This record gives sequence, C-alpha cells and structure tokens, in this order.
Amino acid sequence: MGESASDVIVLDHVSKRYGDFVAVHDANFSIATGEFFAMLGPSGCGKTTTLKMIAGFEQPTAGRVMLDGVDVSDVPPYKRNVNTVFQQYALFPHMTVFDNVAFGPRSKKLDEAKIKTSVMEMLEIVRLSDFAQRKPSQLSGGQQQRVALARALVNYPSALLLDEPLAALDLKLREAMQIELKRIQREVGISFIFVTHDQGEALTMSDRIAVMSQGHVEQIGTPQEIYRSPASLFVAGFIGSANLLPGTVQSHDGADAVVALKAGSTIRVAGQASAHAVGAHVSVMLRPERLRPSEQADANGQSLYGTLTDLVFQGATARMIVRLADGTELTCLADSSARMPQIVVGATINVSWDVDGGYILSGWPEKAGSNTTDIDHIESTL
Amino acid sequence: MTETVVRQNRIARNADRVGMAAMIVASICLVALGAHWVSGPMVSVVVLVLLLVLGGVLGLAITGGPEARRLLAPYGLLKPGMLWLALFFLAPVWSLLRISLSTKESRFSVKYNFNWAFQNYATAFKDFGKQFEHAFVYAAIATVLTILIGYPLAYVIAFRGGKYKNILLGLVVIPFFTSYLIRTIAWSTILADRGFVVRALNAVGLGNVFEWLHIMDNGKLLNTPAAVIGGLTYNFLPFMLLPIYVSLEKIDVNLVNAAGDLYSSATRAFRKVVFPLSIPGVFAGTLLTFIPAAGDFVNAQFLGNPNTTMIGNSIQDQFLKQNNYPVASAMAAVLMVSIATLVLLYTRIFGTEDLA
Repeated sequence: MGESASDVIVLDHVSKRYGDFVAVHDANFSIATGEFFAMLGPSGCGKTTTLKMIAGFEQPTAGRVMLDGVDVSDVPPYKRNVNTVFQQYALFPHMTVFDNVAFGPRSKKLDEAKIKTSVMEMLEIVRLSDFAQRKPSQLSGGQQQRVALARALVNYPSALLLDEPLAALDLKLREAMQIELKRIQREVGISFIFVTHDQGEALTMSDRIAVMSQGHVEQIGTPQEIYRSPASLFVAGFIGSANLLPGTVQSHDGADAVVALKAGSTIRVAGQASAHAVGAHVSVMLRPERLRPSEQADANGQSLYGTLTDLVFQGATARMIVRLADGTELTCLADSSARMPQIVVGATINVSWDVDGGYILSGWPEKAGSNTTDIDHIESTL
Repeated sequence: MTETVVRQNRIARNADRVGMAAMIVASICLVALGAHWVSGPMVSVVVLVLLLVLGGVLGLAITGGPEARRLLAPYGLLKPGMLWLALFFLAPVWSLLRISLSTKESRFSVKYNFNWAFQNYATAFKDFGKQFEHAFVYAAIATVLTILIGYPLAYVIAFRGGKYKNILLGLVVIPFFTSYLIRTIAWSTILADRGFVVRALNAVGLGNVFEWLHIMDNGKLLNTPAAVIGGLTYNFLPFMLLPIYVSLEKIDVNLVNAAGDLYSSATRAFRKVVFPLSIPGVFAGTLLTFIPAAGDFVNAQFLGNPNTTMIGNSIQDQFLKQNNYPVASAMAAVLMVSIATLVLLYTRIFGTEDLA
C-alpha cells in the first residue's frame, strides 16, 4: 500500500494474537490528515483492538504502527501524540471540567497561563464555557461527551481516537452529536478515527470506512463505494439491507454477465462480466430501494415473480416482503407517495429492476434473499 | 363531639412533633433509670411515664389515620436505636463523668460522693501522662504502618488480583476466624527470645541492625515498644486494608488509561487520579484503626513491658485491680475527649465530601 506524506497513521501489516485467538489479522491501511475514518463491524471483529494498538494500550504481535511517519509500535500511550475519547468518557470525577481538560497540557508541563487560554478556547469550541467549574457528575451525558472531546482535542493530537463515543447516548442526542462531531472535526482539522458497530453512524459521518469482521479488514472505501459495491457478502449484508440471490454465471454478453439464479430465472447484470468467470458461483445483490414492485411485468428491466406476504407502511416509504416460488424472500422499499398499485397481501406481483441495479458478489450466502440490518437507519442516512 | 374530633385532627397534623417529643422524653426516662438519677418509689413513676409515652405514640399511630402514621414513621424507626443508645451509651457516659468527679470514702468503700473532685483529672494527667503518650504515639505509628503496608496490598488486590481477587481478600480476613486474644498471644511465642525469629535474625547478622534501629532491645524482640506497635499494626491491618480496597476497587481502570493517554506517566496517573480517588478509603481506614488502637490494652499486655504500658492498660488496672473508679473514670473521659478532638481535627483537615 502506498504511503503518502499526508498519512498521519499507517498500519503496516498489523496483527494481534491472544494465544491462539487472532483478534486482528494483517490490518494494512493508512489514514490521511484531517480524515474522518470509521472502523465498523460487529462486536468482537477486532475494531477496538485495532484502535487500542493505535493508542498504545495494546502492542501488535506482528507489523508496525506508524504515527507521523515514525514507528511507534513499542511506544507507551503517554508518549504518543494521539488522544482517545473513551466509551464511557472516563472523565476524572474528582476534578472540575476545567481541570479535566487541563490534565493533558499540565502533564506536558506547559505554562499555566497558556493552559488557561487553550482550555477556555477548547471549551468554547465544544460550547461548554459556562460549565468550566462544574464537576462531571453535574453534567448531562451529551455535555460529558463534549468534555471528553475537549480534553482530548486541547492537546492538538495528530489523530483523535473515538471508541464507540455515542453508544451511551439516547437516539435523539446521538443524532445531534453526530452533526456536532462533524462540525468540531472540521473546525480543528484533526483526523478522527472512530470505532462503531452502528453502520448508520459510520455512513453518516465518515469520509472513509473500514469494515471489519472476525479480525479481517473486509473492505475500505467511501460510504458510497461500500454501499454500492460491497467487496464481500458480509459487507453487503452488514451495510444497509440487501437481497442476496445465489446463482451461477451462465454466460458473458459483452460487459454484462448473465446469471442463472437458483430461484429459477435468468437475469442480466451490467458491467461485471470480466470479474466473474462463466460457471462461477455468485450472488446477485439487489438493494431494496432499487426494486420496483408492480402488477405487470416491466419490459425495460429484469424481473421476478412472487407473492406479496407483508406490506408495512412506514411514512415516506412502504416496505414489502415478496416470497418467490422457491421460498426466497425479497424486501422491497417503495416510495409510498407514488401511485400505489392495487396490491394486497397474498397477490402475485412482479418485482423488477434496471440492469445496472444488481451487483454480483462471489460465493453463495448462508441465507438466500433478504438480509436486513436496521432499515430505519438506511432511511435516515440515505 | 365535634370538638374532640377537631382536637384529634390537630394532634394528628402535628404527629411529627408528638413523635419527636415522645422519643426525647422516653430517652430521658431511660437515661434517668440507667444512670440512677432516681431511686425508691420515683423509679416506678419514671417507668410509668416511659410506658405512657410509648403507649400514647402507639395509640396515636393506630387511631390517627395514614397522615399521622406517615409523620410518625421516621421517629418510630429511629426509636429502637435511640433508646438503645440512651440506655447503653448515654446513661453509662453520664455515670462515668459523675464518678470521675466523685471521691470514695476509703479505698475499700463502694460508695462515691459526688463533690466536683477535679483532682481526679489532675491525678490522671500527673500519674498517667506517659501512658497517654504511649497510647497516642503507638496508635499513630501503627496507623501509619497499616497505611504503608495496607495500601500497596489493597492496590495489588484491586488492580492486579484478577480472578484471585476474592481468594486474596479471603486470606486477609481469614485470621479473624481466630480470637483476637489468641492471635496476639501467638505473636508472643513467635517473637520469644529463643523463638525462631530472633534466632534467624541473629544468624544472618541482622540483630545488630535491629538493635541500632531500636526495634530490638538487648537481643530481645518481645516486650519492646516495637513488638507492641507491631502487634497493633498486625491486628488492625485489615481495618485499614478493606476500606482502601473498596475505594480502589470502585475506580474505573479507564481513568488510569485516560491519564496515560493524556501524557501522564504511571507515577503521575497514580498521584493525580488513583490516590485522590482512594482518599475516602484511607480516611475511613484511619478512623477504624486509630480509634480502637489508641484504647487498646491487649497488645501492650502480651507483647509489651511495664515501660510500654498504654492508657488502656492503666484504665483497666485502675478499674479492676486498684478498684479506683474515680481516677479510672477520669482517665477514660480524657481518652474519649482526646480521641474525639483528634478525629474532629483530622476530619476538618482531610475529610472529604463523600464521608461527611
């Protein structure tokens, strides 16, 4: 992987083992200055361990962690120019907000007058100037969160590490803090490395996302890349919801691939012929919002027939579950304000999509059809 | 008829005042009985008042309705403790103070005449100054030693104990299954002149070093001030360790990580974060150790010599052997007041909000 001068953090083939258990396997990526970078994955995927290796709380068993171009693999946390916002904030309960924020600069033995200016400046940025003399226990969850941010940012670290920083907040506050975090990050221009298991959060805030699973980095890319062209079945299922239809590549037609689905039909997928050989076992990913349910077949696109088994009105959208002849269930997300066909549960309907609406992935999924994560989050983020 | 109802309602509305008054009157009755303020037929009068007051409150609680019961409840709950303290703490303290200001007709008399005999206090200070000094100095040294030994131990158990935490805490507490007295006597065997500790020290040539440090005296370890202080330290160590452990255990490990993350070395993280957060434990441990240690007489009796006598020994001696209750009472009163003063001063200086 190419290292450029603007990379603040480089993980150079980093692995971490605990006995026989591989927590992180060969993580190899870099993070640019000023980037908002998310590490996303289910719990136990190794994202927090990776963060701890960057912070210095854990040492890699193999590979190097580079910070500002210097190998810091064996440097203890207190000598690394990165700061962490802990999951439960870890504010010092016996100190005021001011003393909490001043803790880092005082450790560095900076001039007390300078400390006072920079602490008040940082409290201004997180909008807590009036709370300087309060104790953390007198603040709300969101305010404590901002103290934790100020306490880390006041040191102007090369990068700020955030470990599930919003997990302890309720939904409304979490959404407000997502915007707040973005604003603060733009204002200070420091790289944020953000660990979360919430794909909605990652999609909303990040410039780039690393999706991790079982210690492996599955894919790194912008939110759009990861959503539109997932690198693996895991990524497809984990980010947003996806209908995964197993099949076999039957033939190539120019740049298009023709796939014979196990469900019975043969469909065409645009532009992916070169990546998948004829005869390969593949899955076709269909995002629910790309599907058009209707009573008649759609002449322009690809289509499948099935029975409507469930119809849920969700305000702006309507979610439909369509069961194909072989029992595979598809989820469709339709615009509820459009002319809704006279569809009733139990009716036979046609589901169609454009040729470029499908995406081919290698391998067959464990479960064919709908792989839904948290549909509300997709709606709020897209 | 209506008038009675109105009157009753008024009583019910003021039930909290009634409850408090009843508690105070009942306490005074018990102190009067316990401290022999009354004698002869008056005793039955006081008992009658006591029963009437308690019965009256009970009656009010039954007939007064839910509002009266709600107002009476706190005093009802306070009463068992208050009355117990009145009979077994306030009454004895009253008697003690009274006897400390009395004189006996003769050494063998059992009668005391209360006559503001302040000379008892003069005697207590004049004859037993040395023993007071021993008590406070030994207790203070033992308290400091229990902090020095107990803090690191509690720290290791709390932060490095892992799955052995409970076993380690169990080991700290296990000696308590043996009587305090027997454990102290066991030390006199361990430290005996021909015991293995003294022999081992002499064998490796540390005897002279200990002699120089005034821990050993003429080749003896037992019956020295060091043995008494050692015994106190040993016996009170768990009372220091456990509260410190509790306050350390509550500290989130991430706070230490956060300090490290914010450029603090391990030493600074301890100084600025861990230690300040464990002060309530040290404070509680100090009170639990110093107060009983200052009044202790067991360690000085079994591990000390006539020159290491602590005030506890002297009080016991004056009470039980010399039968000199007035002076003994004066000594006990002085001990009580001095400890209370020291503790108050200590609380003022080091006390934390958490304990106040």
